[in-house]
Amino acid sequence: MEVVEQEKIVGVINEKFDGEILQTEMLYDFLTITLKKDKIIEVIRHLYQHPSTQFQYLTTLCGVHYPELKQIAMMYQLHNLVSNVQVRLKIYLPEENPTVPTLTPVFAAANWLERETYDFFGVIFQGHPNLKRILNVEEMTIFPMRKEYPLEDQTREDKNDTMFGR
Amino acid sequence: METPLSDRVVQTEEKEYSYLNLGPTHPATHGIFQNVLKMDGEVIVDAEPTIGYIHRAFEKLAERRPFYQITPITDRLNYCSSPINNIGWHMTVEKLLGLEIPKRVQYLRVIIMELARISDHIICNAVIGVDTGALTGFVYMFQQRELVYEIYEEICGARLTSNIGRIGGFERDFSPKAWAKINHFLVEFPKVLKEFENLMTRNRIFMDRTIGVGGITAERALNYSFSGPNLRAAGVDYDIRVAKPYCSYQDFEFDIPVGINGDVYDRFMVRQGEMWQSLSIIKQAIAKLPEGPFHATVPDFYLPPKEEVYNNMEALIYHFKIVMGETDVPKGEVYHSVEGGNGELGFYLISDGGRTPFRLHFRRPCFIFYQAYPEMIKGSMLSDAILTMSSMNVIAGELDA
Repeated sequence: MEVVEQEKIVGVINEKFDGEILQTEMLYDFLTITLKKDKIIEVIRHLYQHPSTQFQYLTTLCGVHYPELKQIAMMYQLHNLVSNVQVRLKIYLPEENPTVPTLTPVFAAANWLERETYDFFGVIFQGHPNLKRILNVEEMTIFPMRKEYPLEDQTREDKNDTMFGR
Repeated sequence: METPLSDRVVQTEEKEYSYLNLGPTHPATHGIFQNVLKMDGEVIVDAEPTIGYIHRAFEKLAERRPFYQITPITDRLNYCSSPINNIGWHMTVEKLLGLEIPKRVQYLRVIIMELARISDHIICNAVIGVDTGALTGFVYMFQQRELVYEIYEEICGARLTSNIGRIGGFERDFSPKAWAKINHFLVEFPKVLKEFENLMTRNRIFMDRTIGVGGITAERALNYSFSGPNLRAAGVDYDIRVAKPYCSYQDFEFDIPVGINGDVYDRFMVRQGEMWQSLSIIKQAIAKLPEGPFHATVPDFYLPPKEEVYNNMEALIYHFKIVMGETDVPKGEVYHSVEGGNGELGFYLISDGGRTPFRLHFRRPCFIFYQAYPEMIKGSMLSDAILTMSSMNVIAGELDA
């Protein structure tokens, strides 16, 4: 992505939300902007409406758990299909009680993606119309994609996994 | 005594809806989907889809597997076109590692991916035929799908869950027998596709059953993040092969078929058009196929051939290093997407330098566009709901990951 394009997107955010951007970096071919967590939905709405950005297509969103930081990151990927520009927005939520406003009023597609993120990471999306588990059984009490839940039972003694995997 | 008229009016206004469980296992849904339909007579008032019946925790599994062992997982996403998933995953890892892939590999991959797209669309369109009551076309088309599977078999040994290729290229070059089978397919398939088209596209019964059924506007489709043929049927020409060319797609001349109304008929026609385009791409790739190696020279990541592992010290060391996870993987965060059988299939990979991904997220097109299903079938008949689902090409494996 050209530098001009990057500066334009950053400029559009700064225009209305000065001081919200924590970090801007190019990760491979993808512009990634890390923001403060409070105004994320307003920023996305602004990028959606602003005539020079018009990010009106939500490619995907997902969570990432960082146990060392005790944080859960939320990643939103937006796409402007007309000028073919993509951007990734990231916010970090505390591991304990992660809450963020829902994106469903802006993108209908966010509905199930947010339910999936709730299902696997326990992120609470405030204002979501139907926030319940989607892929796992409803009786489940844990959020399985968090790193404290290893894939296999760690108390097993019949299998030595020191050489393979974590 | 007769009831007063005013009481009778009240009684008729109290509408009673009936609830119908469509699924989880129902022969007309082609997979395990449950929909609780709220019905007013035969008209659907509301639908509540439940998914997750075949959830297999792929994202969690992937966090424990080295990169080359994740390929078989991707097979089981959209199992109607698994080579596209495999190659998409390989390209994601290659992007992370910053590998330069030889032109020949890219062209061979294009051939395989377009064959996979054809076989994916064969299933979808043939099944639309079945759901409208035409079993004949289905039988003809499925014979052709068998030819595609025989090509896979010749290249990688597997049929449905193909696990095709490796990080860096292919495990072996295409054999003369494979080329013969591809050429045979290129001769035989257009005839059958033409016949199928003659059978369906201007058929009065088929047109009456599909035109104006299960439609969605371009605006709503974009808001629901549709991609692939379903989005193009609504009139948006978004195709990743053109928007973000990967694997040398920029070298080929092809059109993007688009529809207008986004209904079942348009989706059918878009897929039909795409099959013709895929055939043309395969022909161009064969005509322009460059000479060269069938894999990149990356001994750190490309598993050496087995006969060398048993006879050659160097190959044995590399094999051991790859399998035991001794090779360094760069830290990074990468997103790569390919045009899958039914839309934008994306891989979001975070590597922390370990032998397995720190996080791998699949952007599964089915999962994203299937949530529009209740909106699309509201106000239509039950039989149209089944037709709408089959025309959206929802694959349970991809939906539930």
